[in-house]
Amino acid sequence: MPEPSAAEADAPAATGDRPAPGAVRVLTGWGRTSPSAARVLAAGDRAEIGDALRTANGAKRPAVIARGLGRSYGDAAQCAGGLVIDTTGLAGIGPIGEDGVVEVGAGVSLSALMRAGLREGWFVPVTPGTRQVTIGGAVAADIHGKNHHRDGSFCRHVISLTLATPTGVHEISESADPELFWASAGGMGLTGVMLAACIRMRPVETAWMRVDSECHGDLDAVMDALERVDATHRYSVAWLDCSARDRHFGRGVVDAGDHADRSELAAAHRRDPLAPPGDARLRLPFVLPTSLVNGASVAAFNRAWYAKSRSASGRIRHLGGFFHPLDAVADWPRLFGPRGFVQYQFVVPFELAEVVGRAIERLQQASAPCSMAVLKRFGPGDPGPLSFPEAGWTLALDLPVGPPDLRRALREIDELVLAAGGRVYLAKDSRLDAATFAAMYPRLGEFEAVRRRVDPDGLLQSDLSRRLRIGPVE
Amino acid sequence: MTDAFSRPDSILVLGATSDIARALVGQLVADGCERVVLAGRDPDRLSDAATEAKDAGARLVTTTTFDATQINEAAAVVDWGFSAGGRIDLVVVAVGLLSDQPEDERDPVRVARCISVNFTWPAAALARVAHHLREQGAGRAVVLSSVAGVRVRRSNYIYGSAKAGLDAYARTLNQSLVGSGGSVMVVRPGFVVSRMTEGRKAPPIASTTESVAKDTVRGLERGAAVVWSPTSLQGIFTILRLLPEVIWRRLPF
Repeated sequence: MPEPSAAEADAPAATGDRPAPGAVRVLTGWGRTSPSAARVLAAGDRAEIGDALRTANGAKRPAVIARGLGRSYGDAAQCAGGLVIDTTGLAGIGPIGEDGVVEVGAGVSLSALMRAGLREGWFVPVTPGTRQVTIGGAVAADIHGKNHHRDGSFCRHVISLTLATPTGVHEISESADPELFWASAGGMGLTGVMLAACIRMRPVETAWMRVDSECHGDLDAVMDALERVDATHRYSVAWLDCSARDRHFGRGVVDAGDHADRSELAAAHRRDPLAPPGDARLRLPFVLPTSLVNGASVAAFNRAWYAKSRSASGRIRHLGGFFHPLDAVADWPRLFGPRGFVQYQFVVPFELAEVVGRAIERLQQASAPCSMAVLKRFGPGDPGPLSFPEAGWTLALDLPVGPPDLRRALREIDELVLAAGGRVYLAKDSRLDAATFAAMYPRLGEFEAVRRRVDPDGLLQSDLSRRLRIGPVE
Repeated sequence: MTDAFSRPDSILVLGATSDIARALVGQLVADGCERVVLAGRDPDRLSDAATEAKDAGARLVTTTTFDATQINEAAAVVDWGFSAGGRIDLVVVAVGLLSDQPEDERDPVRVARCISVNFTWPAAALARVAHHLREQGAGRAVVLSSVAGVRVRRSNYIYGSAKAGLDAYARTLNQSLVGSGGSVMVVRPGFVVSRMTEGRKAPPIASTTESVAKDTVRGLERGAAVVWSPTSLQGIFTILRLLPEVIWRRLPF
């Protein structure tokens, strides 16, 4: 039960406050919902972060969270009225050892790490649908990729972490303070500000993928195909047409890929087989005044996409196009107009696969257009108490804010997911309520215990942690 | 904190005994708002409103009374509200008084009171609300204006001009909050069947407190600066606003 706290009581402005570093900026997540303002400190080095954490307690509203490239869809990297530490200045990439181990700054993007690594034949162990995420963010969300069924999530490939907490800097790993290490894996930055990480990269011969694509006319066929290709491919994912109804309900395209060998490349590509992916070719220069993403445009796009897709095996594609198709257009969320959009991703155990279909059905009932739907099978999860992936089906949906029934529909889907023993992904969440969250993550207590040890004053807070009541309640 | 659909977790209501405010609190609590801080004039009605909020499912309900003719106390009421609620996601300003115009016209003190309750006190309170929103780096205020202030009629010009002042004040305060994380939304209901309008003849377009509350919640979700309730009033008043004075003063209201 939250008590109105005396510390929050209003005092005359700014008496006795320390000089505050950084300018006030309004921040949102990638989905552009729920803006809030905070002082943003662009940290140049570790010492500056240490100072900020030490002195934050003297501020009138002591609250700090780290922010990388702002790719969390919801409110995870914002801290209304507090201090946001921009870590993208921690951009050092060490030499890659013969065993593929590299030490990188927390602000290094997967894109930068890919560029550095590919030249020497190393690829990142796990990549999500964008390469524009920082290492700190990748650890904090314990991100997953198309290879989760085989390689697990990101933190399985993290050998050690350097974490700045209000009680000091910790070097942690699976053997040194494993509780803090695993609490930080998926801990949404609430255990501290990541400074650096040692990561084990994956050896590759080329920057190209050998991809098998299969079109399937309904959800059952898509799910069967995913299960089948998982046994034979390192990477797999299915794109679903959520607008399709009746006998086409849940139709989609399954993509399964593996790293291509040099011998498989066309002669033109064999000369520079490790060429890294390029920059975004297009940019949306401003937020559209109204969303272009609506029921009609989404249905038309989905129909066209499905119609143009062809089953094909053994196609050679560059890994940029295979892993990160959306990175081709920078700032694409601006398409969704000023109201922004919600991403919803859940996982349910394999036995309760029917929740996937029921969720899509409920959204169709709410006339909520779903501009992107991605289905995948997870392998076993990591030990992190707040780490999202666990064995089962995961469905990720992009939903523009607007349909009047969308909020209620998502709450009902929360209930379905919870009843199935599943959960919602925090890196994408912007609307879960505290009680449902606590029920979905039953190991929250374990997480809180670790957090209290390194942050006894509850300095580390984000708008997400406040909304979900993680840590001390205001 | 508010969610992606702009549903607050904590609200402070100034003028909490107003029927529109009660309907709005009811909907927000039903949507998951847990902390409710209510400030109103009449202690009995205030405790009814508190019971209503608790019954609807609010976890924490706190109340205080205030008098909207006491301008000097406006800031203290707001400060109390923010400290009682911890962090306030949404402030509802529903303070207002619709009195008997012919009687008001004869008594300058009553004119001053009407302006005070409908404009001066809410404006003073909003100044303090803005301070808190800036400091929080987040939060919104909803200000109950009225179409009566959009084009002021002679049969209701004291109330109407006070609402016109409040409307302009709140809209401009919203602009001054750009970049602070806070914002203000103005709601312009038409004739609403409620305690305030008891005994008055309802015009053809009359709405209910529930529909005003619903339009308000939708307005929050779409990030509106101004909400008309019902929406059709926007078109009607756009035309009424254009009428020249010579015609306007001949109309029968």
